[in-house]
Amino acid sequence: MAGLLTVVFDGVAYGMLLFLFSVGLSVTLGLMRFINLAHGAFGMVGGYVAVTLLNGFGVPFLLILPIAFILTGLFGAAAEKAMIRHVYRMPELQQVLFSIGFAFAAGAVANILFGPQQQPMILPSWLTVQVSVLGLDVTAYRLFLIGSGLLVGLLVIGLFNYTLYGAKVRAAVDLRRTAEGIGINVDRLFLVTFSLGAAFAGLGGALAVGFLGLDPTFPLKYLVIVLMVVAIGGPGSIVGSFLAALGLGVTDALFKYLVPEVGGFVIYALLVIMMVFFPKGIMERSA
Amino acid sequence: MRVTPEAGIGVVLLVAAVAAFFLFPGYLALLSTIFILAIFALSYDLLQGHAGVVSLGHAVFFGIGAYASALLGRHGIAEPIVCLLLSTLASALVAGVLTRIVVVGNDLTRLLVTLGVGFLFFEAANQANWLTGGADGMPDFEVAPILGLFPFDFLGRTAYFYTLAVLVLVYAAMLRITRSAFGLALRGIRENTMRMHAIGAPVSRHLALAYIMAGACAGAAGALLAQTSRFVSLDMLGFERSADVVVITALGGTGSIPGVVLAAAVFGYLKDALSSFSPKYWQLGIGLVLMASVFVLRQGLAGLFNVFRTGDRE
Amino acid sequence: MTVALEASRLTVRFGHFTAVDNVDLSIASGSRHALIGPNGAGKTSLVHALTGNVPIAGGTVRLAGETISNLGQAQRVHKGLVRTFQITQLFQSLTVLDNVCLAIFERERKTLNFWRNAGQDKAVIEEAHGHLQFVDLDGLAKRTVRSLPYGQQRLVEIAVALAARPRVLILDEPAAGVPAAQSEAIFERIQSMPKSLTLLFVEHDMGLVFRFAERISVLVNGRLLAEGTPEAISNDPRVRQVYLGRRGAHASA
Repeated sequence: MAGLLTVVFDGVAYGMLLFLFSVGLSVTLGLMRFINLAHGAFGMVGGYVAVTLLNGFGVPFLLILPIAFILTGLFGAAAEKAMIRHVYRMPELQQVLFSIGFAFAAGAVANILFGPQQQPMILPSWLTVQVSVLGLDVTAYRLFLIGSGLLVGLLVIGLFNYTLYGAKVRAAVDLRRTAEGIGINVDRLFLVTFSLGAAFAGLGGALAVGFLGLDPTFPLKYLVIVLMVVAIGGPGSIVGSFLAALGLGVTDALFKYLVPEVGGFVIYALLVIMMVFFPKGIMERSA
Repeated sequence: MRVTPEAGIGVVLLVAAVAAFFLFPGYLALLSTIFILAIFALSYDLLQGHAGVVSLGHAVFFGIGAYASALLGRHGIAEPIVCLLLSTLASALVAGVLTRIVVVGNDLTRLLVTLGVGFLFFEAANQANWLTGGADGMPDFEVAPILGLFPFDFLGRTAYFYTLAVLVLVYAAMLRITRSAFGLALRGIRENTMRMHAIGAPVSRHLALAYIMAGACAGAAGALLAQTSRFVSLDMLGFERSADVVVITALGGTGSIPGVVLAAAVFGYLKDALSSFSPKYWQLGIGLVLMASVFVLRQGLAGLFNVFRTGDRE
Repeated sequence: MTVALEASRLTVRFGHFTAVDNVDLSIASGSRHALIGPNGAGKTSLVHALTGNVPIAGGTVRLAGETISNLGQAQRVHKGLVRTFQITQLFQSLTVLDNVCLAIFERERKTLNFWRNAGQDKAVIEEAHGHLQFVDLDGLAKRTVRSLPYGQQRLVEIAVALAARPRVLILDEPAAGVPAAQSEAIFERIQSMPKSLTLLFVEHDMGLVFRFAERISVLVNGRLLAEGTPEAISNDPRVRQVYLGRRGAHASA
């Protein structure tokens, strides 16, 4: 029983990371209708930034998180301005080609710069202690992940539902031309939103190193499950992403634990089933 | 009978291929691989270039064809042509079961589902190592001489003519299919699915048929690879293999049959030359080419062909 | 008088919004029937419901007495109910001829044939040329649709619809987005269509409506406000109120 609860805990932590990765993708898909298969690359960038800062320069852990957030966001902004904004209007095939190319290129660059091996991350001691929660012994890092995920989740929901910026995003998601008609600078909105999405993914990547590991295959390894979160949660829906991420994280962890021979691909079977029966996601579009 | 541009270019390519046999006798194995790659790419082009269905899991059928052939060989059915036909049938059957996934949902869900199905089969094959050999692959299965007469030789001559023959057949078949009313209907679906419904087209049925054809053809390619390389492994089902044909059709010009074949040749050659030399830079190169392909030379190699063409077809 | 197309208590909802509310419609065989109403009245939604483009929340649709409400759009086309779209929906990179041929191939169910060369089907190609001749575009048969000006594309849209050999043809704003001179040409072609073909057309231009329609149905806020001959409609005070003017004024698209 204790084992099961630990697995659920891990699943929740995993779900939080998935949520961080998928927030940007969900909004990008809902807002710009851009199928960004390279979104994982931003997670990877955040991870490598974190690792470089921590191992190479000894920057304190809590500081590398916001730095990873900001740097990845800037990288995302640069990519958006230089290339990606031209891809929004292209047909689906071109978007797929471009973003797969981006993912391949990013992984290759990471491989060239850092090598193919797993990156070690030495977590600070206060995160590696065992903490007793509900009679279980869990690593403090798990709690930290869950806490961070909840905090970011609340921030993002607040951002999209209670700020002027969020209102503009939701308006533009609903009807781009009308939004432009009332003076919303949609181009700038897209830039900011895309960069934010990249930044959150980067933050997720930085947090993920100590839990999931980091190597150049990162962008494609988590592609399917992050896409699943967005597809099931409904593109553009933050709450939907949160619930889907949580659900998928726990489900994946549980199946891998309970039925290890099949656990690996249950998640894909689930994807296929869900997409056949719920092609539009489980939540009607609402942020 | 009018000789169409595609048929003409096909003849040119065939002559080039036969010439290569005499000019590059040491490269027959590579050439066979290129022919197989071209067949695989043509199968994907039918689906994506003509019907407009983007699939990121097409390697599933390639892998099924390969594993089917290997398993048949293990169980005493080793004549290559028989194995080829049975493996093609196996792939077609699996495609038939999976057609529902390509006819439901919008573009995103279809993309996602094809991706998921790809990973699903990969993981399943990985787990079922009692059947597939798992990550180690299947190295020993019997491949008999073709029709009992032509054994596969060390230099790869039999393999060369065998794969070339199948490529010629597939090429000709693709030309016929795309020139038929069905081919026109597929292009209609790609251009404007809503309009197709409005002229009474059974869109789901058309897509299902295209999917089964594409799956069967991919299975044939997989079977050929298994037979000529005497080895089957998980990467034949993997995402990289699915991505390969997406890249090739983009480079060749989606919907252009000779363009796709040419692109397969270029891709196959470069991959062989560069990826063993440095896989990281190969991947970087592929990534950059893909990114560039949506901005420049969007019609791929076929864009170059169009210069020689007159305005209309059919 | 036989009824070619009939809707009873037809209702269409999008979420909480009722676009079409219990509408009854009866179109006589051979009639030229217009559907008018202000923007957002639900005309296009009604057309979608008749042709099967959207699901129906209530009511039935009957074609020549046969209930077709549970049939898909493609099936209704094969029964003889064909439509054109308000915004041209054609196969842009195919030739004009191919666009029409495809409609004929589908009608004859020849698209299941994946082996025979479509370009050698003389009967289909000849028929396609015939339809193009009807809209005076036969000279442009080998051009791609994309290369044509919009007005001519609207005519191709009509040719494609005719190629499906409809018994009832629904034209959704056939002259929308087209300059006045060309909209005359379009309606002139419509007027030349055989009497055996029943026509229902949605239109905003009241001038065209009163010239070509034999009967008019007025839709406002998803409900049928009035139905009758052009004279009756133009004299109907409720209709006048809705349109803020008399016959000849039009609500611009």
